[in-house]
Amino acid sequence: MFLSLFIVNQSGGLVYHRPLSPLAPKIDTNDWLRIGSTFHSLHCLAAEAAPVRLPKNRNQRTGADDGIEVIDAGGMILQCLQTRTGMKFVITSTKTKEDCDLSAVLREVYLLYVDCALKNPFYELDMPIKVDLFNRGVDLLIEQYHSSGGSSRR
Amino acid sequence: MNYGRSNAQMNILDRPLPKVAWRSNDQGTVSLSAFAYLFSELVQYHQNKVTSISDLERRLEEAGYNVGLKAVELAAFRSKEYKRETRLMSILHFVSGTIWKSLFGRAADSLERSIDNDDEYMIVDYMPITSSYISVPSDLGQLSVDSYISGIICGVLQSAGFPARVTAHNVAMDENEMANAVASSNQLLVPRTEKAVFLCKFSREVLQRDAALER
Repeated sequence: MFLSLFIVNQSGGLVYHRPLSPLAPKIDTNDWLRIGSTFHSLHCLAAEAAPVRLPKNRNQRTGADDGIEVIDAGGMILQCLQTRTGMKFVITSTKTKEDCDLSAVLREVYLLYVDCALKNPFYELDMPIKVDLFNRGVDLLIEQYHSSGGSSRR
Repeated sequence: MNYGRSNAQMNILDRPLPKVAWRSNDQGTVSLSAFAYLFSELVQYHQNKVTSISDLERRLEEAGYNVGLKAVELAAFRSKEYKRETRLMSILHFVSGTIWKSLFGRAADSLERSIDNDDEYMIVDYMPITSSYISVPSDLGQLSVDSYISGIICGVLQSAGFPARVTAHNVAMDENEMANAVASSNQLLVPRTEKAVFLCKFSREVLQRDAALER
């Protein structure tokens, strides 16, 4: 069961947040902004604290910077996808029996972002995403994942 | 101008589009994403210079008008036996069939005649490529970026001798149409909820001439 989705831009500012199911906690907008920038800083710090460093601090295959990928907590999992450009797509979900591939969900959200936000002339880069098409796409994606029980839709 | 120069020496914009071997049509094609980014820049460029929605639509129409003027010439040049269309219905079929196929790779979804006015015809497209990735914010109201396509249609009709005013409208689709649209396209991640209707209002003398030819 998914909880929330949020997207942080390369400067650390929160660009998008959305509750994905009724279980998601109700968080105030200001708190969301704090969560976004805190996560951004933790992501960078984690690379310094890690015992094993990637060469040049980058994951050579995906081009992403070294940093937090998964936080496995008691009641939930947080997964982060960092793109080559420094955008971080983060999703949280509860731990359920069907193991949903969260990284696949994040890749699909990344695809939606590229299609609906970047190709839209009315969206300014690094600004909060207020694009109707993107919201519809995210809702549709989550619905398909919930109804198909975690299997991929393509 | 460019005779005798090889492709490598020419400016990249003057080179012919690459022909991909496995495609059936012999004309080069461009990726939809490339067009989407270019069109997005076109809209942003004009948006910085206008103050009203109708101005933005008019500028997009002007941009499409020039494309339309040339599209007719190109279609005539490329088809084997091209007889110039003189009747209203045949030019509309030409636009919704031949021109649509050469520009977008498929025929328009439907051609209708308006019930209320006898000088209005409507070309319907369920998936216009200009607005596939664009969602207009609510403060811009009824802006239709498909005015680019309505400009193309206007240019085609003008060049063929049928002056008309063409406008683009976004109309919500009903259930059957949405099912048809989804079935025919698997490219879009988010299915569309609105279809584009291009309303062509022909001028008086076109209808009079067509009525005279009827007799």
